[in-house]
Amino acid sequence: MDFLTNLINGISLGSIYAIIALGYTMVYGIAKMLNFAHGDVIMVGAYICFCAMGYLGLSPILAVLLSIVGCTVLGIVIERLAYKPLRNAPSLDVLITAIGVSYFLENAALLIWKSDPKSFTSVVDLPSLSLFDGQLVISGVTMVTVLACVVIMIALTTFTTKSKQGKAMRACSEDQGAARLMGINVDSTISLTFAIGSGLAAIAGVLLCSAYPTLTPTTGLMPGIKAFVAAVLGGIGSIPGAVLGGVLLGIIEIFAKAYIGTQMSDAVVFAVLIIALLIKPSGLLGKQIKEKV
Amino acid sequence: MSMLNVDDISVYYGNIRAVKGISFTVEEGEIVTLVGANGAGKSTTLNTIAGLLKPKHGRVEFEGENLASAKAHDIVRKGIALCPEGRRVFLQMSVRENLEMGAFTRDDSEAKETIETVFERFPRLKERENQSAGTLSGGEQQMLAMGRALMSKPRLLMLDEPSMGLAPILVEEIFDIIDELHKSGTTVLLVEQNAQMALSIADRAYVLETGTVSMSGTAAELANDDRVRKAYLGG
Repeated sequence: MDFLTNLINGISLGSIYAIIALGYTMVYGIAKMLNFAHGDVIMVGAYICFCAMGYLGLSPILAVLLSIVGCTVLGIVIERLAYKPLRNAPSLDVLITAIGVSYFLENAALLIWKSDPKSFTSVVDLPSLSLFDGQLVISGVTMVTVLACVVIMIALTTFTTKSKQGKAMRACSEDQGAARLMGINVDSTISLTFAIGSGLAAIAGVLLCSAYPTLTPTTGLMPGIKAFVAAVLGGIGSIPGAVLGGVLLGIIEIFAKAYIGTQMSDAVVFAVLIIALLIKPSGLLGKQIKEKV
Repeated sequence: MSMLNVDDISVYYGNIRAVKGISFTVEEGEIVTLVGANGAGKSTTLNTIAGLLKPKHGRVEFEGENLASAKAHDIVRKGIALCPEGRRVFLQMSVRENLEMGAFTRDDSEAKETIETVFERFPRLKERENQSAGTLSGGEQQMLAMGRALMSKPRLLMLDEPSMGLAPILVEEIFDIIDELHKSGTTVLLVEQNAQMALSIADRAYVLETGTVSMSGTAAELANDDRVRKAYLGG
């Protein structure tokens, strides 16, 4: 039963990584930049939800919605102020800016909410599911997290393959110049991508803190990096890849914690990334693009 | 009034002046071709008209309207489509999706009808409707790029090196299609290194050399000009 419990915990943690990784992968796919501030948006989302429930007394659902709206706006503002002026700059400049935005958000959170850890109240108020005479217990948060991840993946896949705006996103991700020739407004498409990615980050933040209820200004840091690893492992730019990478990473991390040791778990996670990239540099589901001349 | 009036434009890449004061006009219903060697500024000129590049000096007027402040994605709406050099189809998207993107500025229901007319013109695309564009041959990709440009129902169609990298038989086919498009009422601005083919279907032509117009006239005049024959038509 330990094995099953660990597996379920791994899938649950992995689903959170997957939701964060989806944001990373979409922004990378369309804007061709690594938004290292993505992890900190998660933290902001969790704080918004925490304050909405704790200070404003909103219901969990409303608090989550407020958090999504807040992060969506934050994502658009970050893109406009920090990244848009660098649209034609070398990618290293953009990368450094993203790290700067990350520090800015962490320190702003430190000013506003102080460094003392907040105890986050779970937004999920569902009873646990008890199986095999109580030997296997699946918490409400776990069920909601996995469900949310599946729903988000399906919604995003449908959006990018069926809707006009979603197809325009894929067009931008392949060739921005050609997309502009089609009449697609690349700037607003990039804004939309940041909005979606940041909205997802809010959901991830709330679910993360519901499962691991300690909230500090650096809460988003490690999950952000792990989700980045997940996105690269799955093949950056690929939606199913981000989910596969996220879930795999979550499972590996929990098993490493259970069978190798807590201190080694992160090392194992990153070792897996290195090995996977040595074998398949484009990631598990990443596409190698061939060009015909 | 000319349909397209390019008036003394200069375009820079950083400090390099790629186009040095080019002027020309395109009248409604014409095929006009810009011929010239690599680096003469042909593609730069088309990209400037399409709004991907902005001229530092000079103006581009389409149907009397100055395009200086228009963004590339607005210029399609005004009735200009560019089929870019190197085709630049969306390789990971299906043939149908590529065509849908071509009609991004139009209603979905109108786009559906136009897709059918494009399929009539390019039956091979219809056969490969759901294949990703990356699986098409070079000639098929060129047809897709042209079909995609037609999806916006442009009044002015700009084609940048449509024959590049294609086998001679396909070049013929592409030029036949350009001729048909022209006969059905589309105005065409054609950029080609294959000057012979271009001059054979064009009404008028401009010869570009290192960023300036060195000669202009009717296609027939230029095809018989000794200098043009020596430089671009292999003697």
